[in-house]
Amino acid sequence: MSLRRDANRRRNVGILALLIATVVFILPFIFILFMAVKTKQEAARFLFTWPSEWHIWQNLVDVVQTRNYMLLLAFFNSTIITVGAVTLLVIFGAMVGYVLQRRPTGWNKLIYACVLIGLMVPPAVVPTIWVLQGLGLFKTIHGMILIQVAYGLAFSVLLYRSFIGTIPRALDEAAIIDGAKPLQVFFKVILPLLKPVTVTLIVVQSIAIFNDFTNPLYYLPGKENVTVQLTLFNFQSQFQSQFNLLFMNILLVTIPPLLVFIFFNRQIVAGMTAGGVKG
Amino acid sequence: MKTIRHSAALAGAIILAAGLANAETVLSVTIDGNQDTINMMDALTAAYTAANPDVTFEVENRPGGADGDNLVKTRLATGEAGDILQYNSGSLFQALNPVEQLTDLSDIQANVIDSFKPVVTATDGTVRGVPFGSAMGGGIYYNKPIYAELGLSVPKTWAEFMANNEKIKAAGKVAVAQTYGDTWSSQLFVLADFFNVQAAEPSFAADYTANKAKYATSPAAMAGFQYLEDTFKAGYLNEDFGVAKFDDGVRMVATGEAAHYPMLTFALGNIKQNFPDNVNDVGFFAQPGPDAAKNGLTVWMPSALYVPAASENKDAAKAFLAFVASVEGCNIMIEANGATGPFLIRDCALPADVPPSVADMLPYFQTEGMTAPALEFLSPIKGPALEQITVEVGSGIRPAAEAAALYDQDVEKQAKQLGLPNW
Amino acid sequence: MATRRSPYPYWFVLPAAVVFVTLFLVPTVAGFWFSLTRWDLFEAEFIGWDNYRQFFKEPFLVQGLVNTLIYAVFTSGAKSVLGLLLAVLLTSGIWFQGFLRSVVFFPVLVSTIGVGIAFAALMHPTKGAINLALSWVGIDGPAWLSDPALALYSVALIDIWKGVGLATLIYIAGLAAISPEYYEASRIDGATGWQQFWRVTVPLVRPATVTVVTLSLIGGLRSFDIIWATTRGGPGFASDVLASVIYKQYQAGFYGLSTAGNVILFLLIAIIILPLTWWFNKREVDL
Repeated sequence: MSLRRDANRRRNVGILALLIATVVFILPFIFILFMAVKTKQEAARFLFTWPSEWHIWQNLVDVVQTRNYMLLLAFFNSTIITVGAVTLLVIFGAMVGYVLQRRPTGWNKLIYACVLIGLMVPPAVVPTIWVLQGLGLFKTIHGMILIQVAYGLAFSVLLYRSFIGTIPRALDEAAIIDGAKPLQVFFKVILPLLKPVTVTLIVVQSIAIFNDFTNPLYYLPGKENVTVQLTLFNFQSQFQSQFNLLFMNILLVTIPPLLVFIFFNRQIVAGMTAGGVKG
Repeated sequence: MKTIRHSAALAGAIILAAGLANAETVLSVTIDGNQDTINMMDALTAAYTAANPDVTFEVENRPGGADGDNLVKTRLATGEAGDILQYNSGSLFQALNPVEQLTDLSDIQANVIDSFKPVVTATDGTVRGVPFGSAMGGGIYYNKPIYAELGLSVPKTWAEFMANNEKIKAAGKVAVAQTYGDTWSSQLFVLADFFNVQAAEPSFAADYTANKAKYATSPAAMAGFQYLEDTFKAGYLNEDFGVAKFDDGVRMVATGEAAHYPMLTFALGNIKQNFPDNVNDVGFFAQPGPDAAKNGLTVWMPSALYVPAASENKDAAKAFLAFVASVEGCNIMIEANGATGPFLIRDCALPADVPPSVADMLPYFQTEGMTAPALEFLSPIKGPALEQITVEVGSGIRPAAEAAALYDQDVEKQAKQLGLPNW
Repeated sequence: MATRRSPYPYWFVLPAAVVFVTLFLVPTVAGFWFSLTRWDLFEAEFIGWDNYRQFFKEPFLVQGLVNTLIYAVFTSGAKSVLGLLLAVLLTSGIWFQGFLRSVVFFPVLVSTIGVGIAFAALMHPTKGAINLALSWVGIDGPAWLSDPALALYSVALIDIWKGVGLATLIYIAGLAAISPEYYEASRIDGATGWQQFWRVTVPLVRPATVTVVTLSLIGGLRSFDIIWATTRGGPGFASDVLASVIYKQYQAGFYGLSTAGNVILFLLIAIIILPLTWWFNKREVDL
């Protein structure tokens, strides 16, 4: 294949892909944007039309001010929960995945079974609340963080275990021969090589936890504990729904995950072009 | 340096002690997210705090509908339901296990109209709630201009109703608006028909609870399902009935897109908020049955305010509820939302200028024997899948007779879960 | 040369284990107990297997079961295949590659309620943008979410729309782990693009494939959020899956019954996933 044909192909496919992606992936977002800036009556008609009036600032202010600036508090709470939980998930998940993959013993089957159970079994709400109450963790932010860790561990372990398989033992052995202790081997040799997976995990889990609705609803009740998805409910649960504010809320709530992704997107690229893993 | 610090500490301690001595009570209130509810509660709490400055309120929203049922029960079970709870009365109230979970409020019922008390009375005979908001009727909203234009009169029998629909359809308008996008609204034809059911079979509620009467075998009870099927088959519905929402239904009947919308009368709040210019174009009549002489209104009692047993401020909460259940409280609620129906407080009169749909509703209340409570206030059993079944019938997916039998099966599940005898 | 202590110590597992056991396993086991009772959150009365019998008498269980399987296989298959194809496309150096990766991933970021409401509006039979666009080309668009024959598939499409970006991301990470030497070697051997795809890419991206297939299948079997946000299992019962049936029992206050349903769902997932996982593991290659 000639280089010119290659370059042409890259350009044409790229443009085609861009067109299709725009229609499939971007249009719905534009719809949300339009709905978010319309007046209440116009938004209630649900039509995909150019807004006759642009109430960006007005709707934004209305949403933020609702119920005494609940949205700001919600952002704060959600961020803390997300950051705390994701940090623990990365560390704990990698540690377990590492041992699981490197040290094949009888215990592994049990751990693996637990991972599958963690993925498959839907959590039982009320017994969990009783456990939390017993431990003094109910209605607390740190309790919520631990819950998210418990629910997210299975996925993290699964992801790490799969990819640690691609790191050759030779590297561990080299480090051990050099006198490194287990923790050092883990943090200094293995973890850096897991960067693409870690970044993927951070992106996925932080989005999932940030967008989680049902768990904070049950385990973190109370006005001071409000999270971002709950503010969506404020508008949706009424009979006389205010759809324009609802969509503005969706828009605002999407910004942090978007920022996370934009930031880590570069890391993913960097992680992949740097470090190769020798066969 | 040290003296300043000591003084500051001393001053702080004095202020703290003073604050504690004049302890404020903060009552936590949980209400659904309905705009009407929020307006009324805001007005009531503001008025109460103005009169009693050491009592303030923290009001929290919860979801409505089935999600809300779930949440309320979970919070009560874990002792996290706060000081004051707003929730349905009737069978949903019974499902909360009121004897154990709610405080006895029998001593603040002085001003409450007697007909309300049964729907908030626990199995041990104690009254555990006070009414919040107005009573609602279940029937059919109609668009007055269309009626005037086509020379129609308010139907007294179902046959007359269908005749009207035929004329409306011929004139090119939507005869009956249905909004199955909000599944709960599909139940109206069945539930609002209850007045007619009990007019034909007075002991239906009791027999039904005792597993002796069934929808499938009772022609009067099955009528509601049949109505759903018939209006669909005759092509009287709006084109997007499958996905239309409550707001759409209100819009259609208020602006004249549709002639009829079967709905509960709380919808007036929505009309006032979204279509204030059309408030006078909307009228209301009770769902007609087979007999013109027995044409009454099926009534839904308003929601109620309760005090969870785990509350730490029971006395303060009760005092507030006594205020809500007084004439003054009632007037505040009327002022907050306008009159949307009769209130359940003695001597609490509605203003003279009410919108036509309310004015149409009042005569039913004023005549003896022209109202009947909806079934959910006479029997603890209401199958959870009813709204899905009614959507099926109303969309032509399932015939009425089959649907009625299916609903009976659904009800059986709930009766067993409640542990009722004879099931 | 025996190392006294393994460089892979057991205690690495401890912190995770403590959190997991206390906050997940213990309540789940307690939940199993409650599935054998009539439970209204306030008191529990032991009734043995009655809840399970009742659940299987549920008229729409069979349909819900079938719907669940259809939904899971459809969404999982689509996400796995599309995800890999998109990942290959987006690592091949075409124009706008970086931007496209973000665009494809964007739906994953939006909250499920938001997606549900937005698509319910877009899929409106008369006013929705999708049908309006189709009508410009002369096609009479169907009632995506209110036609009982179509509702489940429409929701599945929304699910795929929302989830394919995640699959793509995982595949991209997996592709990055394949050393370019393999492609070099195969090119020297004269392999075409297609052959490279099937002989080099697919086998070596196996860890990612396993992850994507397993997770999307489990997710599909347990799927609830999107269905709930768009159709709530409607019209009627047409798009009900096990998870929504279970949730409806829960909403109705039949907690013991609903927990029994959870157990049944778990068993269904186990019956499907465990053999699948065993089959995957047998063919894993340790480098």
